[in-house]
Amino acid sequence: MIIAEQKPIQEIKSMIAGYQKVLVVGCGTCVTVCMAGGEKEVGIIASTLRMALKLDGKEPEVIEDCIRRQCEWEFVDELKEKIEGVDAVLSTACGVGVQALAERFGDKPVYPALNTTSMGMPKEHGFWIETCRGCGDCGLGKFGGVCPIARCSKGLLNGPCGGSQDGKCEVDKEMDCGWQLIYERLNSLGQLDQIEDIVQPKDWSTDRDKGQRRIIREDVKV
Amino acid sequence: MAEFEPKLIAFCCSNCATSAANVCEAIGLSTPGNVDVVRIPCTGRVDILHLLKAFEIGADGAYVAGCSDGNCQFRDGNIKAKRRVARAKKLLDEVGVGGDRLEMYNMSASMGPEFAKMARKMTERIRELGPSPLRKK
Repeated sequence: MIIAEQKPIQEIKSMIAGYQKVLVVGCGTCVTVCMAGGEKEVGIIASTLRMALKLDGKEPEVIEDCIRRQCEWEFVDELKEKIEGVDAVLSTACGVGVQALAERFGDKPVYPALNTTSMGMPKEHGFWIETCRGCGDCGLGKFGGVCPIARCSKGLLNGPCGGSQDGKCEVDKEMDCGWQLIYERLNSLGQLDQIEDIVQPKDWSTDRDKGQRRIIREDVKV
Repeated sequence: MAEFEPKLIAFCCSNCATSAANVCEAIGLSTPGNVDVVRIPCTGRVDILHLLKAFEIGADGAYVAGCSDGNCQFRDGNIKAKRRVARAKKLLDEVGVGGDRLEMYNMSASMGPEFAKMARKMTERIRELGPSPLRKK
């Protein structure tokens, strides 16, 4: 899932301060699960905004909605009527959702209420962790199912480095050493000999070096 | 000029604080009339949005009254409530309303006199802080 967190309310307020009627719209998928931009968070952000703006002597109308997914047109289109009636939109989706609304509703300013941080999962309640960098050339098979690009703070393909202590990373003592996790996983699989294989430099052309990445499949077109 | 009478909203757990309020009434102790009690099944049901709405609709202060530590019937509802109150206090500070206007208290069902004392204590704190800045606007 995509992980995001709310921007400071003052930053959000400064973006929408000049508008008379604003729609705060949430997304019912990833940001609902990471409790940053679902229906409940839309209510919290809208409530804090109303109060913050009132204290500034402004009382714009702040209305709320939440759709299933902001990254698919069929759900985005459900907002057409509501968006036509407002001056600006504050999206509590990830950056994908914000851009989808901006593209679909060309004449409406759309602002982000969240900072999109990473792709990952909840490690436990209230603790989300990045596990995939989306490099476009997955090598998890070589690393026992633990990604060194996302989970080693140095992104080493041949590790560990000398900074791993008691299973923690020297960059942050609260952070697991990605290579320790790879070692333990390969050990439990009986594949520890793989750790001695030298991994060749990665071809980063599948990452962002060639601009916006696209996938086009004729077989699934309608 | 008449003394400012704060308007408070108290989110009270039905297993402890609400019973304490009843004890308080049964033994003839008065509670301040400025406190509106919202009875909830457990303070674990209190959401940040409930707390923010209290201020949005015009409260000068609010508090959550839950069971004593370790005595929640639903194991840890009061601990969850405490965390949410802490987050709501930060949001109220960020907004400019002031986190001091919100508090979490813990008590048992038999603590009738303490219920009244807590209501007076919170009323006094809010009286010192003055009306909510949202009401002044």
